[in-house]
Amino acid sequence: MKHHLDFEKPIVELQRKLDDLRTHPEMHSLGISFEEEIRLIERELHETKRQVFSNLSPWQRVQLARHPKRPYTLDYVRSVFTDFSELHGDRHFADDRAVVGGFARLGGDRVMVLGTQKGRDTKENILRNFGSAHPEGYRKALRLMKLADKFGIPIITLIDTAGAYPGIGAEERHIGEAIAVNLREMMLLEVPTIAAVIGEGGSGGALGIGVADRVLVLENAYYSVISPEGCASILWKDRAAASKAAAALRITARDLLELRLVDDVVPEPIGGAHTDPLAASVLLKKRLLHHLAEIRILSVEDRQRLRYEKFRAFGRVHEPLAAA
Amino acid sequence: MTASGNQSKIQHISMANSELKKRTVVIDPVEPAVTPPPATSDTAFLKKPKLGTGRGKKRDIPEGLWTKCPKCENLIYDKELDANLKICPKCEHHFPIGARERIHSLVETCSFEEMDPEMESVDVLHFTGAASYESKLAANRKSSLLKDSIITGIGQLAHHRIALGVMDFSFLGGSMGSVVGEKLARLIEAGTDKGLPVIIFCTSGGARMYEGMFSLMQMAKTCGALAYHAKKRLPYISVLVHPCYAGVMASFASVGDLILAEPGAMIGFAGPRVIKDTTQAELPPGFQTSEFLREHGLVDSIVARKELKDRLRSYLDFLKPDPTPS
Repeated sequence: MKHHLDFEKPIVELQRKLDDLRTHPEMHSLGISFEEEIRLIERELHETKRQVFSNLSPWQRVQLARHPKRPYTLDYVRSVFTDFSELHGDRHFADDRAVVGGFARLGGDRVMVLGTQKGRDTKENILRNFGSAHPEGYRKALRLMKLADKFGIPIITLIDTAGAYPGIGAEERHIGEAIAVNLREMMLLEVPTIAAVIGEGGSGGALGIGVADRVLVLENAYYSVISPEGCASILWKDRAAASKAAAALRITARDLLELRLVDDVVPEPIGGAHTDPLAASVLLKKRLLHHLAEIRILSVEDRQRLRYEKFRAFGRVHEPLAAA
Repeated sequence: MTASGNQSKIQHISMANSELKKRTVVIDPVEPAVTPPPATSDTAFLKKPKLGTGRGKKRDIPEGLWTKCPKCENLIYDKELDANLKICPKCEHHFPIGARERIHSLVETCSFEEMDPEMESVDVLHFTGAASYESKLAANRKSSLLKDSIITGIGQLAHHRIALGVMDFSFLGGSMGSVVGEKLARLIEAGTDKGLPVIIFCTSGGARMYEGMFSLMQMAKTCGALAYHAKKRLPYISVLVHPCYAGVMASFASVGDLILAEPGAMIGFAGPRVIKDTTQAELPPGFQTSEFLREHGLVDSIVARKELKDRLRSYLDFLKPDPTPS
């Protein structure tokens, strides 16, 4: 394990010790075993994990959400869904590789799955533009969603982006308009829709595929109006204050659920999704199936109405006269 | 928003403008506005007391009466600027205009019924930064004389009854929090229910950080309300005013049946500085101006402030030949 975060260190150390104990007798063809020690360390490892991960700060969660080993959209597409058949292009300008999407099956049922895709290494990151979509990405997403809507196929979007791309081409082709149109059109989709923030939920770039009947967020994912660094540089005039900003903005899964801005938090395996991607995908699949079953039985009118009412209710204001 | 880095910059720019406003007109040429010479210099002894009193007097008389145009650098008498809808009489530069002034310039006298005039923002996250949200709100209410960065209501534009929303950049950089979203959602829904066209003047630095995800969700909320307004085939006209960025551009500002812009406005998603820092590229000339956006196909028409009312009226005449009776 090459990549690990500071607070993961004690866990990594114990894991290494455990691995050594397990392989040591074999490597030296010794007839002895360290079962007793292994059991002790296993217990210690479990306890350390539990302690570290039950007390993560918001900033630590942001780091987990950005963990380079964290499962990305296509990882979940492969592990949660079957028969994925990728579709390309926005029919206007290009195929934005920062957004992937296509037909798939979830527990045997037809779905349209799409999401923002980060790269695992430099080469892939260049292809995927580090998971930051251009206008074409949002238009491609909408095209696929409209296609699904036409044929009554439920839509599942997976969100993992630091934000929409701030570039010259993106401005020339109106990335703001691309996101805005998605917000409007997703509100009127007839099919069941679920959006899941699996890693980074970076502002408008995330919301651009995030208007859905159910909005889920993974335990260690975050969803924010601005990156903690961006907020820190504006309000604290110091990017290093990002950890303070992360706390002030209330962007963790738990915060969002508490503020009732998301519908559900999807648990991750202890230690984070990257420590056991398969277990993470099982947990995600379970929640997706659960929510899909719930919204499927509603009529189109009810689904649209409930979706609008949900987003319509977001916000807190004070009205002195109305209260009096 | 991604562009919020830009927000601070815009605020800087606007702050610079407002400081310019208060620049005194130098009448006496012997006292330039520079640091006085060091006390040890020969003339300092004679000049120093004179400098102090002279300056004070001058500041008392002309302050706040003149504004320097950032485009043509001419000095404009403030009353002239006010009478001219905050447009430079020499070069047509459009200065920022307050929401109330804007509304007066558009609707028929006494026809505007403001909606939710008392609605105020709430520090829902108990946000603590360099300054608390509460103190920011208090300071902005005092300086702008507004409750928040938008005024909404139903009014009469010529013979058309319209649902009108006007943002004001002077309140926290026109940022969109729950109040902007809620006021707009109510306005749009009123438009939908009463069959009225919606017109929104957009100027904003983006979503308001202090309300976190509540601010972001106003984007979906306003666009959702507009979706239902559009379903009833009612016109929605968005007018982009300097500056208009980020969360507002990525929501209601960009989905008008018609998108108009005032000349020379800066409009975009990400701020120029953020783009420059991210891409390390030179920005093309005129990047993100109204004219650039018309060139690139977002803006239907650039309309000077003085012609806006007539133009809006003619569009409404065309789209809604039988106006809703008032």
